[in-house]
Amino acid sequence: MSHPTKVSANFFTQDGKGTSSFRLIRNSLLTGLCISLSLLALLPLFSIVMLVVKKGMPLISPALFTELPPPPGIEEGGFANAIIGTVIMVGIALVLAIPLGILAAIHITEYAPSSLLSKAVRFVAKLLNGIPSIICGVFAFAAIVMTMQEFSAIAGGVALSILILPTILLTAEQALLGVPNAYREASFGLGATPFQTIFRIVLPDALPAIMTGVMLAVARAAGETAPVLFTALFSANWIHSIMEPTASLSVLIYNFAALPFDYQVKMAWSASLILVTLVTVTNVLAQLFFSPKHR
Amino acid sequence: MGGNSIATGSPGPINRGYRPQSDFFRAACWLASALTIALFVFILGEILWKAWPAINKFGFGFLTGIQWSPNRGVFGVLPVLIGTAASSLLALLFALPLGLAIAVFLSEDFLPRSIRQFIRFMVELLAAIPSVVYGLWGIFVVVPLVQQYGAVLAEKFGFLPLFAGPAYGNSLLTASLVLALMVLPTITAISRNSLVAVPPTLREGAYALGATRWETILGVILPTAAPGIVASTILSFGRAMGETMAVAMLIGNSQRLSWSLLSPSNTLSALLANQFAEAEGIQVSALMYAAVILVIMTLAVNIAGEAVLRRTQRSLVGLK
Repeated sequence: MSHPTKVSANFFTQDGKGTSSFRLIRNSLLTGLCISLSLLALLPLFSIVMLVVKKGMPLISPALFTELPPPPGIEEGGFANAIIGTVIMVGIALVLAIPLGILAAIHITEYAPSSLLSKAVRFVAKLLNGIPSIICGVFAFAAIVMTMQEFSAIAGGVALSILILPTILLTAEQALLGVPNAYREASFGLGATPFQTIFRIVLPDALPAIMTGVMLAVARAAGETAPVLFTALFSANWIHSIMEPTASLSVLIYNFAALPFDYQVKMAWSASLILVTLVTVTNVLAQLFFSPKHR
Repeated sequence: MGGNSIATGSPGPINRGYRPQSDFFRAACWLASALTIALFVFILGEILWKAWPAINKFGFGFLTGIQWSPNRGVFGVLPVLIGTAASSLLALLFALPLGLAIAVFLSEDFLPRSIRQFIRFMVELLAAIPSVVYGLWGIFVVVPLVQQYGAVLAEKFGFLPLFAGPAYGNSLLTASLVLALMVLPTITAISRNSLVAVPPTLREGAYALGATRWETILGVILPTAAPGIVASTILSFGRAMGETMAVAMLIGNSQRLSWSLLSPSNTLSALLANQFAEAEGIQVSALMYAAVILVIMTLAVNIAGEAVLRRTQRSLVGLK
């Protein structure tokens, strides 16, 4: 560590006799340090996964998936309404973001890769990706909740759609870029129009990778709390319409985590177990599906 | 794979004149692109619009005020801005050594490729775990730890303002520790990419001169990849500033100014998370103002990080 920068040409003169035992010892020490720091960093991950499984498992039962959250002090019930709420809001987000993201990705890769508009879309997608998730919630609050004077699943869904739009757009762009140009050239060479080339050659080939992006977006949206916290709020009842406050698993964790009631805290852990399982499974699937066959 | 279907599927002459569905689809794609940009502009405009009453009323005093009391109509975010900067910087301080160690570990061949791939997957999983789960875990694991050892710290080093007691479990330190964990994947991924992008000829050159592995890493590879590592740090800083739920659950949400790492603090995003649902009147506008500041800060940091990253990629071209 002592002379990080003066390396060039100094190796032989530094101690006069080539590779000294000091240099070898330092080398092994640093290797050991690097490996142990890496393992140390993974320790919290194991702790999280173990705790979530240990504390989340005991409550897992059919009742958890079919019943409403109990009032404080009562030791039974489930979070079926939160699961339904999460599914509905993620669904709204997908319905809004998938067409927009994929069509825009097709425009910037297939129709006008180097136009000003395409460059602007890429730039904006990156900026949107970097915007804090809570800003999506602030926007939905300003645009929808304040207008309708009511917290709603729609507002939550819109906030989530903004959150996942850049993920879908950018992964779809990468997927389309991964299709070899020779395919397009062959298609055009056979006389196909751009429309035919996109629908019959490019999209089928890019589909698995696009689906991977969508899957990752679903996992991300299901776990995000900040965008739905003050747009969909929460509800202890069944959902009757998408224009009313709606429960979600993530907000349930936030609301129940700090409660002084043992059962509610256990429910928060069970909800965490569901979300962590969801992200783990989607990430494993993404690893399997996103084969780098063209790269 | 798709090549056959064209040949067998459309035997006739292709050019059959005007194809409305083709033009329609092209227009739809253009529209989606335009909408994406319009949406971004609309988001910024809408938040700014709703913040305008507060911007008008409080002006720059909002940034320097140290009071935030909705019932008296006084709004100032200085303590929150300091909390945001302090928690993010502390998180980077903790995460940078670990992230660099993992990045080096993943780009070198200390262990077989399969094990490295597994560890890389684990680090990616760290990024996928929802923020609120980190918060829950923090409440049950990190808060008690900080409470226990924080009390010891305050007792031994309490004369330093940084460790002045009393030690709280929900504190700046707790939030920063969990934040560090959450930005670790960003630092690791981008740093690893820039380490891998260092041309192998440089490594071979250093080995040929008799350098040991770590002399090569510290003297040649890390300096060459330094701009990329800087970019990863900047982008992680942006992520840390915007992280909401875990921080809101752990930082203690106090607007009181304090030097101590062991006392509660607040961040912009945690402030928004805690107050929006029950805000009324001018408080909503003040929160929108705070959101505008958060957006400006994260956009600035992200644009800076992307710019450094782009320069890095260009600077390596000459070395290959």
